[in-house]
Amino acid sequence: MSDPKSPFGLDSSNLFNVSLLISFLILLGVGGVVLYSILRFRARPGEGEPPQDFGNRRLEIAWTLFPALVLVVITAFMVPALARQEVDTYPPETIQGDPDIWVIGHQWWWEFRYPKSGVTTANELHIPTGQRLLVKLESADVIHDFWVPDLNPKMDTVPGNTNWMWLEADQPNTPDHPYYPGECAEYCGNQHAWMLFRVVAESPDQYQAWLQHLKAGATPPTDEAARRGALLFTQKTCISCHAITGVPNANSQAGPNLTHFGSRSLLGAGVLNNTPDNVRKWLKDPQAVKPGNNMPNVRLSDAELDALTAYMESLK
Amino acid sequence: MSAIPLVPEPTEALPRVRSNEGLLSWIATVDHKQIGILYLITTVFFLVVGGLEALLMRIQLAQPRNDFLSPQVYNQIFTMHGTTMIFLVVMPILIGFANYVVPLMIGARDMAFPRLNALGYWLLLFSGLLLYYSFVSGGAPDAGWFADAPLSEQPYSTTLGMDYYAVGLLVNGMGTVAAAINLIVTILKFRAPGLSLRRLPLFVWMVLLNSVLIILALPALNAALVMLIFDRYLGAHFFRAMTGGQPLLWQHVFWSFGHPEVYIMVLPAFGMISEILPVFSRKPIYGYGFVAGSTLAILVLSLLVYAHHMFVTGLGFTLDLTFGVMSMLIAIPTGVKVFNWLATVWGGRIRFTTAMCFAVAFPFLFSIGGVTGVQFAIVPIDKQLTDSYYVVAHMHYVLFGGTFFAVMAAFYYWFPKITGRMLSERLGKQQFWLMFIGFNMTFLIQHVLGWLGMPRRVYTYDNNPGWDIMNMISTIGAFILAVGVLVFVINVFVSLRAGKIAGDNPWEGWTLEWATSSPPPLYNFDQVPPVRSRRPLWDLAHPERPDWKHPVGHGGKDQ
Repeated sequence: MSDPKSPFGLDSSNLFNVSLLISFLILLGVGGVVLYSILRFRARPGEGEPPQDFGNRRLEIAWTLFPALVLVVITAFMVPALARQEVDTYPPETIQGDPDIWVIGHQWWWEFRYPKSGVTTANELHIPTGQRLLVKLESADVIHDFWVPDLNPKMDTVPGNTNWMWLEADQPNTPDHPYYPGECAEYCGNQHAWMLFRVVAESPDQYQAWLQHLKAGATPPTDEAARRGALLFTQKTCISCHAITGVPNANSQAGPNLTHFGSRSLLGAGVLNNTPDNVRKWLKDPQAVKPGNNMPNVRLSDAELDALTAYMESLK
Repeated sequence: MSAIPLVPEPTEALPRVRSNEGLLSWIATVDHKQIGILYLITTVFFLVVGGLEALLMRIQLAQPRNDFLSPQVYNQIFTMHGTTMIFLVVMPILIGFANYVVPLMIGARDMAFPRLNALGYWLLLFSGLLLYYSFVSGGAPDAGWFADAPLSEQPYSTTLGMDYYAVGLLVNGMGTVAAAINLIVTILKFRAPGLSLRRLPLFVWMVLLNSVLIILALPALNAALVMLIFDRYLGAHFFRAMTGGQPLLWQHVFWSFGHPEVYIMVLPAFGMISEILPVFSRKPIYGYGFVAGSTLAILVLSLLVYAHHMFVTGLGFTLDLTFGVMSMLIAIPTGVKVFNWLATVWGGRIRFTTAMCFAVAFPFLFSIGGVTGVQFAIVPIDKQLTDSYYVVAHMHYVLFGGTFFAVMAAFYYWFPKITGRMLSERLGKQQFWLMFIGFNMTFLIQHVLGWLGMPRRVYTYDNNPGWDIMNMISTIGAFILAVGVLVFVINVFVSLRAGKIAGDNPWEGWTLEWATSSPPPLYNFDQVPPVRSRRPLWDLAHPERPDWKHPVGHGGKDQ
């Protein structure tokens, strides 16, 4: 909101700034009258009662009409901005077919699917710049809310319902500002605080390259530790919840898709940064890192932890 | 007249209780004044409890990634903070004042239904005990005060907390409705001769409309709670999507109670301000008719705007726009009130008592909550800022800077009538400044946090630029605020023993409650003075220029 990076965010931001200005003027007026009255109309000893003034009809009508007029002006600004933001005001053909992005809220992580390319990722959304993307939002359990403060108004993911919104970024992210932070804005239980995600806006070419890379699936690990980790991934219970494209039978949707886990920057939907030390810490006891999340402690030995960590980090 | 009595006359005397009969007199009382005092003591107790919960939350949020509270505990605490403050503090404290003051203001001997009145209070107390018993039953409610389904359903909320929430609020709601019916009948049927509806003190008028609103709004909450209990215990499918239910149904039903509820928590406060500002400005309320009429407008509009709590649930353009515009309209009658309060103070001879300090701060602090409220009615802004700390700041400016400051003014204003002793002005002024500074320090900065993207209801947050400092400032403010509450409690205890004797009418007020002794006798009045205008005691004090000779001030000719 502080510095919107999308046309939809700009609409909200402009309205906010106008309403803030009007608010300041009103508060200046109210505060000014209060302050002036306090200083000017203080009772002094020995004075009798002041003149008894019961009101003035014309003044009453004036200060009933004045706010009404301000509201008419605000409404006039609001309607077109709202119409641009809401998906159902667009011609039906623009919102038919597969959405560009399919967001599914889970307790407490985000699943991002790209139905046009058939790939899935988690907690890190890549988008091409300069395109108005149609986003479909659903939930796997309770109500969540998808919010990228810099880019767009928020939208709930409601179980049993499908919501739609537009998402667009004007400029690609830069090394100084490598992503737009996103978060769950609707209270969704225990770990609502750690349901963060990141949006990486890229030039259409870079975005296509990223998408193709994701589509290609995971490359089998080469070094020894990672190979042992890959074996553990299928032998331990990991595979019953997590998918990795390219690994046989690893296609469960219950937990975050890990295909390119090593290239993502967040771990546990924001509770930690994705570093080898942190991955090891997470695998050792997920409940100690993010209490209440749905991943059990699978009681790995130190050697197993090293191997699995190496494998996870190899999934670039 | 019918010759057949529908209700047999009692053959034995009703239990009579005198104020010197100790504890039993409080438990068995059906006197509106004692019940009013019970309401006030109970709500101040829960205010302290809810305030301590707020302090725990602020300690947890003082630093990023703090682990003072676990997420489970934090989520219970914030749910109980909201539930406590709304259902056990703000709503009943207003009803408590109404209970004590309304019969006195209209020259009545008691409420219309004294035993129903006692029932209302005891239902409140036991609903509070039920809610808090959940802590020892294995876990307090943890789905937020508005308990969005399906998070409040069995699969996601496995402790008994939500059951205590549902049953506790049902009990609470029954007590509230009982009190509302009682107040309506009392005000409509038990007014002193000459006190026509057009001459009602504004506090009484707003309590009347507020009680009507309670009766219109509370049934929706009760229906929602029963549906939730059915879902949780009988396997009904009202709100569970997996079995064909609709989670949004909960929000529709809940908010069609929940938004009127916001006005239920503020209308009597408007009434308090409309009584207190005139007395300490030594002028009648400016534009009585508009202040009273705008309340009616708010009542009607408040029933038509609830879906502005649901702008991000995907209602679509038409509904979003309709509810946005309807919500904005409420700013008009509310603005009228603020302007009239300012005009009341303007040109007066202001006496700066503690009550007046709180009352005169009210229009300004409430206006801050008001303008941010209009911002939320502008749908694209709501879609950006809802569920962020901007909302937290907004609603605390309405409910704390608004209602709570009015309630504090009311305490200092009516305490002499209730106890016969004055509250200490010295401690009162200290309390006012602690609260004014502490309150603004806690909540003003939360607007910025919300604007930067801090979501509400998170038990912790990442170390984003500036968030740590702003949260720390907010936490320090909360502690200053808490010291203010402590000073108030001390003031009550000290003044009960050693406060200045008040006399009948310490503030030179104009409404009937000041025409009897302080505290009033059990039957309230030896003799109710004649009521020939809106300010009967002004008429007595100023026979040379009584209101009833004024073309507007008389409030309608005597019939």
